[in-house]
Amino acid sequence: MPVISYREALNQAMVEEMDRDPDVFIMGEEVGHYQGAYKVTQGLLQRFSERRVVDTPIAEMGFAGIGVGAAMVGLRPIIEFMTFNFSLVAIDQIVSNAAKIYQMSGGQFWVPIVFRGPSGPAVQVGSQHSQALESFYAHVPGLKVVMPSTAYDAKGLLKTAIRDDNPVVFMEGETLYGTTWEVPEDEYLLPLGKGDIKREGSHVTLVAWSKMVWTCLDAAKVLAEEGIEAEVVDPRTLRPLDTPLIVESVKKTGRCVIVEVGWPHAGFGAEVAYQVQQHALDFLDAPIERVCSDDVPMPYAKNLEIEVQPQVEDVIAAVKRALYLA
Amino acid sequence: MRMPKDAGDALDDEPVPATIEELQPLYRQMLAIRRMEEASAKAYSQGKIGGFLHLIIGQEAVCVGATAALRPDDYVVATYRDHGHAYAKGMTARSMLAELYGKKTGLVKGLGGSMHFFSREHNFLGGHGIVGGHVPIAAGAAFASKYRGDGRVTLCFFGEGASTIGGFAEGLALAGLWKLPVVLICENNQYSMGTPMYRSLAVEDVSMRALAHGMARDRFDGDDVLKVKQRIAIAVERARETNEPTLVEVVTYRFRGHSMSDPGLYRTKEEVEEWKRRDPLGRARSLLVELGAAEADLHALEDDVKAEIADAVGFAESSPVADEYLPYVIKE
Ligand SMILES: Cc1ncc(C[n+]2csc(CCOP(=O)(O)OP(=O)(O)O)c2C)c(N)n1
Repeated sequence: MPVISYREALNQAMVEEMDRDPDVFIMGEEVGHYQGAYKVTQGLLQRFSERRVVDTPIAEMGFAGIGVGAAMVGLRPIIEFMTFNFSLVAIDQIVSNAAKIYQMSGGQFWVPIVFRGPSGPAVQVGSQHSQALESFYAHVPGLKVVMPSTAYDAKGLLKTAIRDDNPVVFMEGETLYGTTWEVPEDEYLLPLGKGDIKREGSHVTLVAWSKMVWTCLDAAKVLAEEGIEAEVVDPRTLRPLDTPLIVESVKKTGRCVIVEVGWPHAGFGAEVAYQVQQHALDFLDAPIERVCSDDVPMPYAKNLEIEVQPQVEDVIAAVKRALYLA
Repeated sequence: MRMPKDAGDALDDEPVPATIEELQPLYRQMLAIRRMEEASAKAYSQGKIGGFLHLIIGQEAVCVGATAALRPDDYVVATYRDHGHAYAKGMTARSMLAELYGKKTGLVKGLGGSMHFFSREHNFLGGHGIVGGHVPIAAGAAFASKYRGDGRVTLCFFGEGASTIGGFAEGLALAGLWKLPVVLICENNQYSMGTPMYRSLAVEDVSMRALAHGMARDRFDGDDVLKVKQRIAIAVERARETNEPTLVEVVTYRFRGHSMSDPGLYRTKEEVEEWKRRDPLGRARSLLVELGAAEADLHALEDDVKAEIADAVGFAESSPVADEYLPYVIKE
């Protein structure tokens, strides 16, 4: 099976879906002539022309809203945010319009749109360009929120997101574009709302998404050397959330550590913890642990940036607390 | 350089040629909207309608005249002050009043209320509550029309108060840049809630914003429904034939408060009375009489409207309350 990058996987997903459906188009800053700020849209302009690969001026609220309007009348826009940090100036279009129209119109209009782009902390770009915003969007009924961790997931989930009739917030890991994974040549789709066990284990459940899956896999390797087998559960989509998959794993291991790169206060991990205690309280042998970034805007200095974010050692320490080994 | 087709600054009062055949149905629509608004206000004061209720009384000629310039497959996008636009686009008083009452038979099944009217059948894309946030949506519908080449035009309505927010600025900029077949209609009723124009706009001519985007513009008084129709028709044709957008400012006045809770303390009674003398309904009726319409015919029309609204109120009152809210969150 070919091994390709997360970036290529996303690119393939868009090419295949644009080939398949002439109503799919992509719009965003530098997606066309510049070939994408992160090169995810490489080659699309040459293949699909300016009609379907639309470079925009710097007007996130404007083009996010244009996407919503076009989707209401039947097109299937992919709106690329250069990074999700800039989605904040368009959040009204996502939350007040895209997420509401199906309900507000009594089911008469729906919004088949994908808002996609890099998200999560990057490297030394400072607080405004380095933040995890998934908890904001996961809060909103009417949206779906996807956070793939691997190239395989990225492709299968993006294809499904483009075909979905609802607004999908598709948050790619800004530091994952170069990561590689096996991706089949034949077409495949992955359902939204179905998680994946990235590593099996019997002693502790690690719940993580996007980049933190990789951190957890690294931690699991180290733990295995000490005889601790961690199961890594990747929900892949935060809304809808595959609660049964997480709960079943915790029932098996009796311990749960939730790892997210976002801030702790009102972060998505708190919702996961709530679901776990609600559905698996009697199976828990220890309090649920959370590992998050520190509750601060991202600092610039490299050492501080690392210190603020969850590292392999932080995950290991949390696992040991959950196993009463610390 | 692209030169704007500039018809701005023309707050002229040139009469528009009128016939009974053209004017009478528009008069009927305006009257029905006014009676419907009055009925809503009454039901609101009786506690039968809740929330925000923004009446369009005084401004009826704008939505009626503008919509009269459209084909049925053209799109309309409106604000929270949307009852008149919805009626003009073909929705029934029954469905609208039932919606205000929060009934199952309402236009959007009791899920939207006064501010969120929608109709797929009538290509009415809402009823939006965030000031200016719907302007990009209108540009998006126009984008889709251009993408498909379906020849449809989108009308987008908003107040002068919306001209200061980002959604308007970005929607306008992109519509101008990409030449989208949209007509952006500023219903300048001279107040943004309690704020008069001179306290919100450095330049009290919203249509001038078109110049910055190489866009055609127009500006005129909105008390003559036929003039509104005629001038919007020019912009609609421009959009349909050439994909060129137009920013149109129609100067009007709302006779009631911003919403039902507004006693209107920021303006004088004299000012309101002065504008009421230019009531678009009175103007249309006098013109009909001048053109030779029979009083008996006009009375019959007025009775008919009265009956239509009374029937709609009865329908709203007797309809079952809304009972489902879960099916429309995520589309399966
Ligand atoms: C973004 C936003 N800010 C504030 C409001 C509250 N609000 C509703 S209507 C309104 C005044 C709008 O005035 P204008 O655009 O002139 O339209 P009009 O109501 O006069 O038709 C305000 C401030 C809102 N709905 N949305």
